[in-house]
Amino acid sequence: MKAFTQHQGLVAPLDRANVDTDQIIPKQFLKSIKRTGFGPNLFDEWRYLDEGQPDQDSSQRPINTEFVLNYPRYQGASVLLAQENFGCGSSREHAPWALEEYGFRAIIAPSFADIFYNNSFKNGLLPIVLTAAEVNELFAQAEATEGYQLTIDLAAQTVTRPDGVQYSFEVDAFRKHCLLNGLDDIGLTLQDAEQIREFEVGYKNANPWLFGAL
Amino acid sequence: MAGKTLYDKLWEMHEVKRRDDGSSLIYIDRHILHEVTSPQAFAGLRLAKRKPWRIDSNIATPDHNVPTTKSERAGGIDAIIDKVSRIQVQTLDDNCDEYGILQFKMNDVRQGIVHVIGPEQGATLPGMTVVCGDSHTSTHGAFGALAHGIGTSEVEHVLATQCLVAKKMKNMQVRVEGQVPAGVTAKDIVLAVIGKIGTAGGNGHAVEFAGSAIRELSMEGRMTVCNMSIEAGARVGMVAVDQKTIDYVEGRPYSPKGADWHAAIESWKNLVSDADAHFDTIVEMRAEDIIPQVSWGTSPEMVLPVSANVPDPAQEADPVKRDSITRALKYMGLQANQAITDIKVDRVFIGSCTNSRIEDLRAAAEVARGRKVASNVIQAMVVPGSGLVKLQAEKEGLDKIFIDAGFEWREPGCSMCLAMNPDKLGSGEHCASTSNRNFEGRQGAGGRTHLVSPAMAAAAAVKGHFVDVRELLNEGA
Ligand code: SF4
Repeated sequence: MKAFTQHQGLVAPLDRANVDTDQIIPKQFLKSIKRTGFGPNLFDEWRYLDEGQPDQDSSQRPINTEFVLNYPRYQGASVLLAQENFGCGSSREHAPWALEEYGFRAIIAPSFADIFYNNSFKNGLLPIVLTAAEVNELFAQAEATEGYQLTIDLAAQTVTRPDGVQYSFEVDAFRKHCLLNGLDDIGLTLQDAEQIREFEVGYKNANPWLFGAL
Repeated sequence: MAGKTLYDKLWEMHEVKRRDDGSSLIYIDRHILHEVTSPQAFAGLRLAKRKPWRIDSNIATPDHNVPTTKSERAGGIDAIIDKVSRIQVQTLDDNCDEYGILQFKMNDVRQGIVHVIGPEQGATLPGMTVVCGDSHTSTHGAFGALAHGIGTSEVEHVLATQCLVAKKMKNMQVRVEGQVPAGVTAKDIVLAVIGKIGTAGGNGHAVEFAGSAIRELSMEGRMTVCNMSIEAGARVGMVAVDQKTIDYVEGRPYSPKGADWHAAIESWKNLVSDADAHFDTIVEMRAEDIIPQVSWGTSPEMVLPVSANVPDPAQEADPVKRDSITRALKYMGLQANQAITDIKVDRVFIGSCTNSRIEDLRAAAEVARGRKVASNVIQAMVVPGSGLVKLQAEKEGLDKIFIDAGFEWREPGCSMCLAMNPDKLGSGEHCASTSNRNFEGRQGAGGRTHLVSPAMAAAAAVKGHFVDVRELLNEGA
């Protein structure tokens, strides 16, 4: 997993509430065998005018020019500004996979759905909760200013605007630690590899039949 | 100090470490893989240049996507018509071959639904932790194992570390005492439990099913009950070990042998809740009160005895419930107060990890014997849970009974339980199904699922509408 320490990036505003994971990545793409390749299908139904199929070359498809992520000024955005209850619906981990692959490193919203919030941390994507008033200020500024960028500092837990105004946000200490150090859950568990091995030896002695060859 | 529950014991046996944040590392004994939720986990493993921790803990089989007709199966993987399904099945093969993981391939006679083959092979044993990227992994809890479904990141986590990060849940006991009436099965028991406690009733709990009616069930029946604990909100369902458990496990291909066997059964005898164990929640039911169940709505808790009428939203005071009843009736194409026995069925599906074992097929065949599928039923299919179940059924002549009655006799797989392969409902069609989920679109877009036991499904097939199977059983006697 990519570590997240500081990040400065272009902001794209997605001004809709209750964006669900079906909208983030529609179900026909779940038949894929990969964890990658979802970027081109992020927000598929909104981004394209035709209906997306799993094995299509999306670069050839008709683009919905009215969808905000397709505006020329938001190309290369890495910070998504969103509204309340972002990521609700199905638990599919394909949603953070798609956002991350598209190029987003952080999402700022007044609230997130639980499972999506958890899944994001597992995939190096930082969900930031600010107050509704703060988020609305950011929407106003991002829409008014072309090339609007924000600076996010995870260690300091701050979001800094171009005019120097700073907002602070909360994040669970354990998750912060993992993300700062790029430790995915597996990396973290493997820090205890020695202890797992020791456990395994004792456990095998007590229950040898559980270690029969399959 | 209060004694320990079965869940407490299983948890303690497998706790490698308690972390500062209150979560624990839990050691995993058995990891079962299928083609849909594993590919990304293998890809992640490769990307991070990690190796599986313990190959011999893993066992795999393709089930969700595999076709179930003889003709499509005969040509092997290359002949799977749906290209995306073909790639998923092929990828499981490639991953298992690369890492040396034991797999029962698509046309191996031991292939079948993940939750059928584990116990059948003795790969699921009492006292194990069993996980799989599938929510119905709770099935394996019937053996006094701690078993639950996991997500794709966790599949990768288990492959790489042989552990899961988990927090201990609360203990719930569902006690069913007494004797069920004749013709009432494990499926009816668990549907009645879900109808009583609701689909969120078991949230945050590990459920132990207990009481004389549960002890009375065969291992197949206990698996059916544990299978659906997730439909009551509980990721974990369990039944304590007894002589039936041990008899079922004995002599299976991967169950312990010789001295190991004797040591194993000694330790398994401890896999019961202590008499003075504390449960956070206890639910009690009388077996005598349970009659055959039929789900009428779009959530497993929307279930009633076959003798009942579907609800009338006008009678419901709670506006949220009223609204959900109205929406469900509309989706299901039913009238308020309509008798359940007036619901006509268009298709019948006997199969899935809930009800595709030999005992299930025997129960359905008993009803189908000498009868014919009603003319209004477009299709009635029987999909055995594994190649070995199919073989056993054929040995007993059950296939012939079904075919003579007008049922299709299929190759093993998940099939119409989730309709990821070509077996699907058409929009608006009603299906008497022995599966576990009646969500909107679960068996095909617009499809209307009614959850029932295998005997009730067979009865609906021959009558063309829902009927109390006991009427047919009496008439046949
Ligand atoms: S039979 Fe149905 S519920 Fe069971 S594993 Fe297959 S798809 Fe899932």
